[in-house]
Amino acid sequence: MRGRVRRLRAEPFVLLGPGLAYLLVFLVVPLGLVLSYTVFKRGRFGGIVYEANGGNFARAADPIYADVLMHSVTLALITTVLALLIGYPTAYVIAHLPARWKAFALVAVVLPFWTNFLIRTYAWIVLLNSQGLVNSALIDLGLVDKPLQLLYTDGAIVTGLLYAYLPLMILPLYSAIERLDPQLREASANLGAHPARTFLSVTLPLTLPGTLTGCVFVFVPSLGNFVIPELLGGGKRIMVGNLIRDQFLKARDWPFGSVLAAAVVAVLILLLTAQAWTARRFSGEEDHA
Amino acid sequence: MRSRWLYGPFWMTYLFLYAPIVVLVVMSFNALETPYSWGGFSTSWYGKLAGDQQIRKGLVNTLIVASGATALSTVLGTLLAVGLARHTRSRLLGALATLPAVVPDVVLAIGLLAFYSSVQATLGLHSVLLAHTVFGLAFVTTVVRTRLSHVDTSLEEASRDLGAGPAATFLRITLPTLLPGIVAGALLTFTLSIDEFVIAFFTAGPKDPTLPIVIYSMVRFGVTPEINALATVLLAVSFTVVILAQRLTRLTDSLR
Repeated sequence: MRGRVRRLRAEPFVLLGPGLAYLLVFLVVPLGLVLSYTVFKRGRFGGIVYEANGGNFARAADPIYADVLMHSVTLALITTVLALLIGYPTAYVIAHLPARWKAFALVAVVLPFWTNFLIRTYAWIVLLNSQGLVNSALIDLGLVDKPLQLLYTDGAIVTGLLYAYLPLMILPLYSAIERLDPQLREASANLGAHPARTFLSVTLPLTLPGTLTGCVFVFVPSLGNFVIPELLGGGKRIMVGNLIRDQFLKARDWPFGSVLAAAVVAVLILLLTAQAWTARRFSGEEDHA
Repeated sequence: MRSRWLYGPFWMTYLFLYAPIVVLVVMSFNALETPYSWGGFSTSWYGKLAGDQQIRKGLVNTLIVASGATALSTVLGTLLAVGLARHTRSRLLGALATLPAVVPDVVLAIGLLAFYSSVQATLGLHSVLLAHTVFGLAFVTTVVRTRLSHVDTSLEEASRDLGAGPAATFLRITLPTLLPGIVAGALLTFTLSIDEFVIAFFTAGPKDPTLPIVIYSMVRFGVTPEINALATVLLAVSFTVVILAQRLTRLTDSLR
């Protein structure tokens, strides 16, 4: 029994200690620093002066920045809605495929997500360019006379974001739909409900937590992205991610950059809380997405 | 299935996901300089790619960072996953371990930059390596925890009952059972680290660009078929590693 007692004492520390210490130093402290910077002053040559300053938050309401924030939220929202409209039917079909094909279809959804993000964005520069394939196809089909300006538009940004994050919508949707008890739908049909009615009153509410998880997974990274607006938006229409980067690397106003970053995190926390609340309400359990 | 019309969006999704990739791969074998029209088959861009010093340096830097971050996060993540499963019911600690995957990358990146700056650390490959370990750790922990939840604990109990010490039980029973999950987590961390741009962009400093940073400056400069060739190579590597990891564990399970 002596060995057992010793195990109980030392083992948790050996196992949990290193990982938690690492997360404390390289995750909790860095995020805490960003949070604390929001109330301090910028240094003359960048960096931080530890003197209280309440003006950082007020600056975010300046029309120049408020516009960028609104524009970011709008583009991220459009991306999320499109991802949901494309992702839901796709996830639905995958969930009802025969087991063999299901695994194959899922891997095929995940694969692009695991490949270089810059390369995936670059592909759209090639496709959307005035001489690119999309324009040539439109001209060959006789739909337009001369090339359309597709690149460096909000449409290009949304396309890039959608391409980057669509898999993050499909996976939680798939797992929500797959977990549905098919008997519930059968019961609804047997009781005379039209398929559309069954979808609206049975399938949709029961998959709502998974749907919201997918929406958060697409919305949040879309909101904070600065590479896609730069490459596909031509840097003209910037998003909040571009502002954060510029405050840290160019303007060197770390307190203001931190305020913007904190705003993004606040949105994230708000959405995750709403998601968790819905999950408890609609499935009686927490959704571990 | 009755709802046949759903197959429309289903196939559209795959067309959307794979058309750009196919275009890049095909264009990487284009003899012409312009990536917009076809001028015959050629592998010359791969030759050019192999001789590009900047890309080679970026690749070496990336491999150093990815190997180090993978090794570190695999050890820390495996221990943490077992510890979380066996020694705590704290949901807070469990959430902490998945936090790096949820926090937007730009926020994590500026946080790490702020941290390095406040301890006056010099930036370089070491700072990227330590930064990449943060999300690698989250990833390994998640994959190994998923594997743990499917593992029967009776073997470990038997081992202890038969007198094996905790270290012997861990090395001879726990670790081998978890090995597929650990290897899958390591492979995925390696892939993620090779491709990671935003955090590296903030923590690499000016002297040691990783491959994605090199790609970023190339892509910003304009479109060249050399990038298509590089894209094809990177796609081939990522696809191979991810499919390998997928075979080792049901990866899609852990992503749910």
